Amino acid sequence: MATPTVHHGAMFDTNELVINMGPQHPSTHGVLRVVLRLDGEKVVDADVVIGYLHRGIEKLSENRNWTQIVLLTDRMDYVAAATNNVGYCETVEKLLQIEVPRRARYVRTILCELQRIASHCLWIGTHAMDIGAMTVFLYAFRERELILDLFEEFCGARLTYNSMRIGGLPQDLPPGWDKKVLQFCDIMDSKVTEYEELLTHNRIWLERTKAIGVISGEEAVALGLSGPPLRGSGVPRDVRKDEPYAAYDEMQFDIPIGTNGDTYDRYLVRLEEFRQSLRIIRQATEGIPEGPIVGKVPRLIKPAAGETYHAIESPKGELGYFIVADGKSTNPYRFRVRPPSFCNLQGLRRLIKGHLIADVVALIGSLDVVLGEVDR
Amino acid sequence: MSQAIAFYFLSACILGFAVLVITTRDTVHSVLFLVLDFLFVAALYVLLGAQFVAAIQILVYAGGIVVLYLFVVMLVNLKRPPEAHQDPHRRTNWGLALSVAVLVELAIVGGYSYARPAPAFAAPSPAAPFTGNTEQVGWLLYTSYLIPFEVASMLLLVAMIGAIVLAKREL
Amino acid sequence: MVDAVVIPLLKILIVLNATLVAVTYMVLLERKVIAWAQSRLGPMRVGPYGILQPIADAVKLMIKEDITPVRADKWVFTAAPIISMVPALIVYAVIPFGPKITIFGRQVSLYITDINVGLLYIVSVASVGVYGIILAGYASNSKFPLLASLRASAQLISYEVAVTLTLVSVILMAGTLSMVGIVDAQYNQHVWYVIAQPLAFVLVLVGGLAETNRAPFDLPEAEQELTGGFHTEYSGMRFALFFLAEYANMIVVSSVVTTLFLGGWLPPFPNTAPLHFLYAIPSWVWFFLKSFFFLYVFIWVRATLPRYRYDQLMRLGWKVLIPLAILNLVVTGIVKVMLL
Repeated sequence: MATPTVHHGAMFDTNELVINMGPQHPSTHGVLRVVLRLDGEKVVDADVVIGYLHRGIEKLSENRNWTQIVLLTDRMDYVAAATNNVGYCETVEKLLQIEVPRRARYVRTILCELQRIASHCLWIGTHAMDIGAMTVFLYAFRERELILDLFEEFCGARLTYNSMRIGGLPQDLPPGWDKKVLQFCDIMDSKVTEYEELLTHNRIWLERTKAIGVISGEEAVALGLSGPPLRGSGVPRDVRKDEPYAAYDEMQFDIPIGTNGDTYDRYLVRLEEFRQSLRIIRQATEGIPEGPIVGKVPRLIKPAAGETYHAIESPKGELGYFIVADGKSTNPYRFRVRPPSFCNLQGLRRLIKGHLIADVVALIGSLDVVLGEVDR
Repeated sequence: MSQAIAFYFLSACILGFAVLVITTRDTVHSVLFLVLDFLFVAALYVLLGAQFVAAIQILVYAGGIVVLYLFVVMLVNLKRPPEAHQDPHRRTNWGLALSVAVLVELAIVGGYSYARPAPAFAAPSPAAPFTGNTEQVGWLLYTSYLIPFEVASMLLLVAMIGAIVLAKREL
Repeated sequence: MVDAVVIPLLKILIVLNATLVAVTYMVLLERKVIAWAQSRLGPMRVGPYGILQPIADAVKLMIKEDITPVRADKWVFTAAPIISMVPALIVYAVIPFGPKITIFGRQVSLYITDINVGLLYIVSVASVGVYGIILAGYASNSKFPLLASLRASAQLISYEVAVTLTLVSVILMAGTLSMVGIVDAQYNQHVWYVIAQPLAFVLVLVGGLAETNRAPFDLPEAEQELTGGFHTEYSGMRFALFFLAEYANMIVVSSVVTTLFLGGWLPPFPNTAPLHFLYAIPSWVWFFLKSFFFLYVFIWVRATLPRYRYDQLMRLGWKVLIPLAILNLVVTGIVKVMLL
C-alpha cells in the first residue's frame, strides 16, 4: 500500500517524509495517486498524479458516429451515467438545432435527478466510511439499489445506461414507472433524515469535517471548482438555474449554498441537494406531459461545420461538452469534455496543505471525484 | 522452607536477567529483560507480603517507565551492527579496578553491620488504625511521610513541565 | 487438599476455557450484530445461521502459512501476540462471577481468588498488555508499522491514566480495592455505583473503548489509514491472536465495568424486599447478562460512530477525560467526607 522513501539515519520530526498514497488504495475512490510531502503528520505539499484510468474516450469518439458516442459517455462518470448521456445529447442537439419534445425533456429531468440522488448516495456512503462510520455506507447503497432498479426497468442496465438518444430517448417509460418513482421519493425522504440523524450533529463527524479544507469563494472560482465544492464556499452558481436545460426552467427548486467552505458545508450542501432533487422529481413526475418521446432527427446525423459548447449540472459539478464538427463526416472532428471532477481535483493540492494525513481521505471524499471522468 | 526456595529462585532470576540486561547485544532485548526483571521484583514484593507495592511496581515501572524507555530505544534504533569492535575509548582495567574497590567497600560495610547489629528501630509513626496493605501505606504516607510525599509530587510536576517545555517546538 | 488445590485448578480450567470459547464466538457476535445494524445478515453459511463460523475461521487461520519477515527479530516477533493475549486472560483470576454458593454440599466461591488489591492488580496487568502492541510494531522491522504501534500504545497509556484516576473515585466509595469487596459495598450501600457515580461510569466506558482500541478510537488499526497497522506483518494464527486478545480485553472491560458499576452479580435493587424474587435468577447469570449488555454496547458503538483522528483522540484523553476524572474524584472525596 504505502511505499515510503525515508531519509535514513534521521529522527522523524526534523525531516520531510515523502509518502505515496495509491493508486491502489481503498479510499482514493478509484485509481488516484497522491504523493504527499509530510512534516511529521502535517501535509506540506501534495502532488496529484492521474491518468491511471485513461481509456482514450475523446480520441475513440473521433472514430465513432454521433449516435455511437452516447455509449462512450456512459463510461466517464460511471457513477452518474445518465447525466453524461444528457449532456452529450443536448450538446449535439444544440449544434444541430434539434427541438426536443417536452415529454422527453421531462423524462430527462427525472432521470438526471434520480441520477443525482444515486450519485450522492454513493458519495455519502464512501465519505462516511472513509471517516469511519461504516454503517452509512450500507444504508446509502440500499437506497442506491432502489434507483438502480428503476433504471433497469427503464433502459435495461444498472450502471452504464446508454439511456439517451440525440433528440430524445430510445423508448418511452414503461407503464407504472412513474408510480414507482413517486413511491421511491416517499421512501427516500425518510432515509435522508436517517443519514442526517447519524451524521449531521454527531460530534465526531463535526470534529472530522468542520474547518477541514476551507476554501473561500474567490479562490474556488479561481481554481475552477464547480458543483458542491463551489456552492459550499458560498458562490451561488448552478447551471440548472443559470442556464436551464432539459425541463429545469419549468421546475421549482432551491440551490443550497454553504457559508464556510469547509468539508462540513460541502456535506450539508449535498445533503440538501438530496431533498431538492426529490422535490424536482415529484414535480416532474406528477406534471409529465403526453407526447412523443423523440424529436425530429435526420436519419444520418451529419452536421454542418461548426462547434459548440454546452454545460449541464452533473452531481459532481459543471459537466461541459465541446464538440467540433467539420461538416464532411459523420464523426466529430474533436470531442472534448470538461469533467467537473478533473477541475475539482485541482483544488485538492490547495485544500490539503496544512492538514494531517487522516484528513486527506476526508478531502478526497468531500470533493467527490470519479476517476473515470478525470482520466477519460 | 517454601518461602526460602521461592526467594532464592526469584533472586536467581532477577540477577540472571540483570546480567542479561547489560550483556545482550540488542538494545531492545536489553529493555525487555529489564521488564522481566521488574516483574520478578514485583513477585519478590508479593513474597514479602507487600501486595500494594508489587502492583504499583508493575503498574508504574513495568507498565509505564519501561514503555517510555522502549519508545526512545525504538525510535533511535541503537541496533549495534554485527561487526562492531570494541570501543577504543573503553578502559577495561580501570573499570575492573573500580568494581573491585566497590566490592571490597561493600564487604567491609557488610561485615561491620553484621558484627554490630543495629538498635531496635523506634517506630516514629502512630499505629495505623487499619489492617490491610494499601490502608497502611496510605496512612503512613499521609501522616509520617507527608512532607516527602509532597516534595516528591512537586518534583514530578517540575519534571512534567520540563518535559513539555523541551518537547514543544513553539510555546 | 481438595479445597486448596483441586477446586482452584478446576475453576481456572473452567474460566480459561469459557473465556477462550467466548472470545472466539465474539468474532461471530460482532459480525452478526454489525451486519444486522447494516441491514445485512452476516455469516449464514457455516452451520445454521452461521453458528459454526468461528470454527471455520479458526481452522482456516491455523492451516495458513506462518510467515516471519526475514530480518525481523524472531523471538520478539513470536512473543508479541502472546504478550498481548496473556494479560487479558490473567485478569480473570480476580473477577467475581458470583458470591459463595453451595455446590454438592461444598462451599464454593464463584471467583478464582479474591486478593485485597484486586482492582490494582487488574489495572497493572492491563498496563503490561501494551507491550504486545509495541513489540509487534517493532518486530515487523519496518518504519510504518513501528510508528503505528507507537501511536497505538501512546493512546493506550494515555487513557490508562484517565481510567485509573476514575477508578480511584470508585475505590473511594467502596473503601476497598478488592473486587468482591466492591460488590459487597454496593450491596451494603444499597446502590449500584452507576447511580452513585454516573460520571465515573461514562468515563470508564469511554476509556475502556480507547483502551481496547475499539471504534471510535481505532485509528491506529483502521484500514483507511495510510500506514498499515501494527499487525501488518502478521499472518495466520498470530494475526488472529491479536484480535482475539482485543476481544478478550473487551470482555475484561465489560466484566470490570459490570462489577464496579452494575453491582456484579447483584440483581437490581438488591436490598428491597419486594424485588427479592429476582434472586431466583442465579448470581452468575446476572453477571453474564450485564457483561453481555456491555459487549453489545461496544459493538453497537463500532457500527454507528465515525472514528476520531489521532490528535483529536489524544486531546480527548488528556484535556477532557483526565480533568473530568480529577473533578469526579474531588467531588466524591468532598461528599464522602461530608456524609461521614
